Amino acid sequence: MQNEQDQILNDVTTGEYKYGFYTDIEQDTIGRGLSEDVIRQISQIKKEPEFMLEFRLRAYRHWLTMKMPEWAHLNIPAIDYQDLTYYSAPRQKARLNSLDEVDPELLDTFNKLGIPLEEQKQLSGVAVDAVMDSVSVKTTFRENLAELGIIFCSFSDAVKEYPDLVRKYMGSVVPYTDNYFAALNSAVFSDGSFCYIPKGVRCPMELSTYFRINAANSGQFERTLIVAEDNSYVSYMEGCTAPMRDENQLHAAIVEIIAMESAEVKYATVQNWYPGNKEGKGGIYNFVTKRGICKGDNSKISWTQVETGSAITWKYPSCILKGNNTTGEFYSVAVTNNHQQADTGTKMIHIGKNSKSIIVSKGISSGVSNNSYRGLVKVLRGADNARNFSQCDSLLLGDKCGAHTFPYIESGNQTAIIEHEATTSRIGEDQIFYCNQRGINTEDAIGLIVNGYAKEVLNKLPMEFAVEAQKLLQISLEGSVG
Amino acid sequence: MLVIKDLKVSIDGLEILKGIDLEVKAGEVHAIMGPNGSGKSTLASILAGRDIFNVDSGSVTFNGEDLLEKSPEERAKDGLFLGFQYPIEIPGVSMVNFLKTAINEMRKHRGQQPLSASEFLKKMREKKDLVEIDSSLTSRSVNEGFSGGEKKKNEIFQMAMLEPKLAILDETDSGLDIDALKVVAKGVNNLKSPDNATIVITHYQRLLDYIIPDYVHVLYKGRIVRSGGKELALMLEEKGYDWVRNEEVKL
Repeated sequence: MQNEQDQILNDVTTGEYKYGFYTDIEQDTIGRGLSEDVIRQISQIKKEPEFMLEFRLRAYRHWLTMKMPEWAHLNIPAIDYQDLTYYSAPRQKARLNSLDEVDPELLDTFNKLGIPLEEQKQLSGVAVDAVMDSVSVKTTFRENLAELGIIFCSFSDAVKEYPDLVRKYMGSVVPYTDNYFAALNSAVFSDGSFCYIPKGVRCPMELSTYFRINAANSGQFERTLIVAEDNSYVSYMEGCTAPMRDENQLHAAIVEIIAMESAEVKYATVQNWYPGNKEGKGGIYNFVTKRGICKGDNSKISWTQVETGSAITWKYPSCILKGNNTTGEFYSVAVTNNHQQADTGTKMIHIGKNSKSIIVSKGISSGVSNNSYRGLVKVLRGADNARNFSQCDSLLLGDKCGAHTFPYIESGNQTAIIEHEATTSRIGEDQIFYCNQRGINTEDAIGLIVNGYAKEVLNKLPMEFAVEAQKLLQISLEGSVG
Repeated sequence: MLVIKDLKVSIDGLEILKGIDLEVKAGEVHAIMGPNGSGKSTLASILAGRDIFNVDSGSVTFNGEDLLEKSPEERAKDGLFLGFQYPIEIPGVSMVNFLKTAINEMRKHRGQQPLSASEFLKKMREKKDLVEIDSSLTSRSVNEGFSGGEKKKNEIFQMAMLEPKLAILDETDSGLDIDALKVVAKGVNNLKSPDNATIVITHYQRLLDYIIPDYVHVLYKGRIVRSGGKELALMLEEKGYDWVRNEEVKL
């Protein structure tokens, strides 16, 4: 009985990674290693204004004084930061017709990933910024959005075209002193997306960034900055994949969100970086700092994440609820399989009165993986009537994986109400047999059961993502049960 | 339809079924009765393909094919349905999604196109009426938070949706009040046709007041010790299982 279940689990958890191909394209690369010179080179290639270079150098100097964080429930092998490449950009062939033209090879790459960039094929209702390695390849619907006053462009373009906005908000939510990886990112970040929604505008389409790591030995360090002015609304999605390689690659990103009065920002991530092979070789180290601030009263920030990829994930999308009557939400499904490790969760910092937060975290562990939820709910003294509800569920597939929950609660206000619920369950042989008896094979049964378990979170994803995410959950666990 | 020959089954070296012979033909309703621990549920499980048991000898054919070498889902697709004694909860999976997946798997097996959403919902409405199940049950997750009676009714509803050739109802009556029992029985009777067959496994005679069996078999200590018509059930009710025990002693 036990053997059969193990066999089943073993089979479902050995599915293949679908996006592991590599695009053979010429790259402009800065040699390995990190120094002030390298940072100056990056800034120069990107033709940045002086303030950017200064910001980078300050961050770098601060980074040198810091140490890798060790508190996470992760086993991170030593990383030689001098052995990494910090800038790598696909070289575009001579542009023939228009400035907008993109190298066909790059278009091909994104087509394969299901992200068509050609005008005729663009996904309706979704504007995409496609980022490969260190640069943004193309941003679709930019002009249409501009008509509404919405700025949606690559971070590099924003630095040049909207330096005042960038200068005002960059680092205001995640300062470079925040943590080791935030400092590193601030020193060497290459591209990412910038999004600005003016007062009273409801962004009519989903905005999204698709990140692709392609080059070998290179790290990807992107920044995303979203500013939503009073009474505005935007829904943002992020997707990511990488080729299969034997060596580990580093991805250290920063996302900052600023929501002004009565603004609402929804941020959804489907993270599918290469997780490494079945023996745990290769895969992306995903060390990401994501944080939003509900700056104005009545504003709302919602994080939804489906984490299926990466060898190691270290990520805590957080909300600072500064305004009164603000709302922070965090919905997460994290799947770990084979040798993957994830330490992920959120921080909800209640500052404003009547601020509310909801945390729903669903961990699914399989293989010999380790999956941890780590979350902080902090209520400051002035946050009268703050309210938090947290629900952390863990689902185990097999008997060699681990699920861990590390909730931290700090309440400085007696009127605050904080609730935490947690469950741990194992996918049952009974459930699988029940499905089998109704004609559903074991692999599909696991898919059904896991999707049912994660439904609360998947329901929060934009339609365009939900179907994709459901399939992804199933693929990630393929072979777990068979 | 179903032919069981000299079936011997054990678990962890303990012999549970000690040579079962049984034949079920299309259009028939068989009742298998017996005291606790006689092997009734084991027989149901082994037919559905639960592989925690060892088949030591004997054979089972279903529509002429060897049943025992098929996987549980293949048996289901061939038209074998098990009504569970303890139906399983699957949180977050809607009945609609669950049944749609199941039905379309079976249709695929038969070379048919999947049902469209509207065809499926229409079918669901028809079958709901047929088995008189509360419509709110089908809008919830599979068995999640259902009462014991609701779970059993839901088994009958699934049976109606899946239209099996052979339905095995494993103690579907246990733990039911009389009203729920009637609903279950009515469902079974309404679904009866000359093309399908039902095996009702039960401890008590009372279900057989509502489902009239063509044959009654008494299973005792892993053997069918008596077979007969519906009058056998009444005799059992009257004399109790002690009668069977005493009979066995005489043998």
